[in-house]
Amino acid sequence: MKKSTKKSVDIVPIKPGKDAGFYSKTVKDHFFHPKNFMEKEKGYKADGMGMVGSPACGDVMKVWIKVDKKTDRIKDLKWKTFGCASAIAATSMMSVMVTEKKGMKLEDAMKLKPQDIVSRLSGLPTRKIHCSVLGDKALRGAINDYYRRSGQPEKIQIETGRVIDYVLKITDQDIEHAVLDGADTLAKVQQKTKVGTGDPTCIPEVEQLIRFYKEKYFGA
Amino acid sequence: MKTTSKLVARSSHLEGSAELRATAKRSYEMRKVYMDHAATTPVDPAVMKAMTPYFSNIYANPSSLHSTGQKALESVKQARKKIAEILNGHEDEIIFTSGGTESDNLAVLGTVSSYKLQDTSNKSKPHVITTEIEHHAILEPLAYLEKTGKIELTKIKPGADGIVDAKEVLAAIRSNTILVSIIHANNEIGTIQPIEEIGKGILKWRKANASIYPYFHTDACQSAGYLDLNVEKLHVDLLTLNGGKIYGPKGIGLLFVRRNTKIQPILRGGGQEKGLRSGTENVPSIIGLAKALDLVFAHKDDEVARLEFLRDRLIKGLLRIPKTRLNGHAEKRLPNNVNISFMDIEGEASMLYLDAKGVQCSTGSACASSSLDPSHVILALGMSYEAAHGSLRFSLGKSTTKADVDYVIKIMPGIVERLRKMSPVSLDMKHF
Repeated sequence: MKKSTKKSVDIVPIKPGKDAGFYSKTVKDHFFHPKNFMEKEKGYKADGMGMVGSPACGDVMKVWIKVDKKTDRIKDLKWKTFGCASAIAATSMMSVMVTEKKGMKLEDAMKLKPQDIVSRLSGLPTRKIHCSVLGDKALRGAINDYYRRSGQPEKIQIETGRVIDYVLKITDQDIEHAVLDGADTLAKVQQKTKVGTGDPTCIPEVEQLIRFYKEKYFGA
Repeated sequence: MKTTSKLVARSSHLEGSAELRATAKRSYEMRKVYMDHAATTPVDPAVMKAMTPYFSNIYANPSSLHSTGQKALESVKQARKKIAEILNGHEDEIIFTSGGTESDNLAVLGTVSSYKLQDTSNKSKPHVITTEIEHHAILEPLAYLEKTGKIELTKIKPGADGIVDAKEVLAAIRSNTILVSIIHANNEIGTIQPIEEIGKGILKWRKANASIYPYFHTDACQSAGYLDLNVEKLHVDLLTLNGGKIYGPKGIGLLFVRRNTKIQPILRGGGQEKGLRSGTENVPSIIGLAKALDLVFAHKDDEVARLEFLRDRLIKGLLRIPKTRLNGHAEKRLPNNVNISFMDIEGEASMLYLDAKGVQCSTGSACASSSLDPSHVILALGMSYEAAHGSLRFSLGKSTTKADVDYVIKIMPGIVERLRKMSPVSLDMKHF
């Protein structure tokens, strides 16, 4: 038999002096050196503001935007976040994403997905994904607020999907995505979305939706 | 960096410190303040030294009849003797296990299944009393037994100070109560429970009702080294201990099982540990556990006084920061435990900022563990979810110095201020 040339696994993976990390370098960078957070709320003239979450569930995000009326691009985004490292890093990264390259077009910003933020962060630990889910929601809230304030109510996009959890503004679509991502129990869906932690009354409905989507996609 | 020499000086009172000094010099450039001793402690070099021969020299199985086997057996016997002496129990009452979790599980599952075996008529469901602030190693097996319909369960809520009322516990005893399990000192907030008083009350109840039940178990993993573990004084029938919190090895623990206690094993096999815990004895770790326990008890009084001073200094210093709150009773807590809620910021974020500055502590908040809810212990104190999310636990230990404490006091306000600046939340003080 041919001798295996496969390199054996090092069972002491951490070299002296090297950091082991729960979070990626990008996450740490944005957490320790957050970009664009709202330092001085007073005097900041926002065109739109959005907020999502509640401190009881452990995450709150607030987002302010300034919009270039001619180009419909986001000129500036400031934020404040109550939450763990990934929540802070995700909001910080989102602020960079929508303001870089002359600013993101509002219609594109409306379509920003949590996964986009997560991949720019070089990933997040699975149980931390929910933290980033909130940032894009706060952003959409701010854009809608801008449309409202600037007299363009026809452009307001109500959260696609039906809101299930009113505290965290989680929709049936969020549940659908979580199930598609492999969350097949309430606990797993909560790990991803936190649904029901602020408003437990929605849990029976969430459980029903999980069953529905599981059947729809996995036939079980 | 200059700070390296400070660290060296600080660890010098650990036995075998030359080795440690060298390691410290190599691995830390930044000031390192380990304040997570309640999670686990470093192994004392003297413990390591005691264990060393049992890896590759006296490696034989204590059940083997040849001379090396008998040598191993003799060493295990000595270790058992030493531990029994410290606990004021008998050698045959010490059952070695793989750690605190196994000991807790054995205490719960073992007593319940033993009762089930005797009670073939199955007339009444056994009843167990515990508290809302137990370790998960107690709560989870009990929740499982309750869910599967095997027991009735009463969970006593502690007061706002994190201490359960002994009278309330005793009043919950019913004719079918077979076990009362109460943590000696809580692992998150360090509050010390009135074990002695409850133990006395249980004895009285048993006498008055001419019953062998309820048995009384306490998990003393956190308190070992700081509190008296005399089982006669505590009046416990079962007591859990482990190595990883007392400068001993991880993966080793014991359950003290008072003579004549009816209990069934959860692991069956070769019949080691009086048939209560089959599996070849973990000889090096058993030796390590005994040595570690011996060492912490030898230095107990001095260490308690030293840490109480440091603990109170840290508490005082941190409470100077606005919108903070100490969780758990200020004095009736372990000498090494400081647990504080910082409002408007999330625990994990502050913990990681501290880590970046070389201070290692832990958080009871949601994001730290796999569960979404904040610490069940802080919530049991009647604190709001908001306040529970911002709690940090600093647990001091042998290596902790006044300079460490002052360093934390110095850097904490800046971290809190920075994170609060980033936070959109500003809660009312009514949450405190």
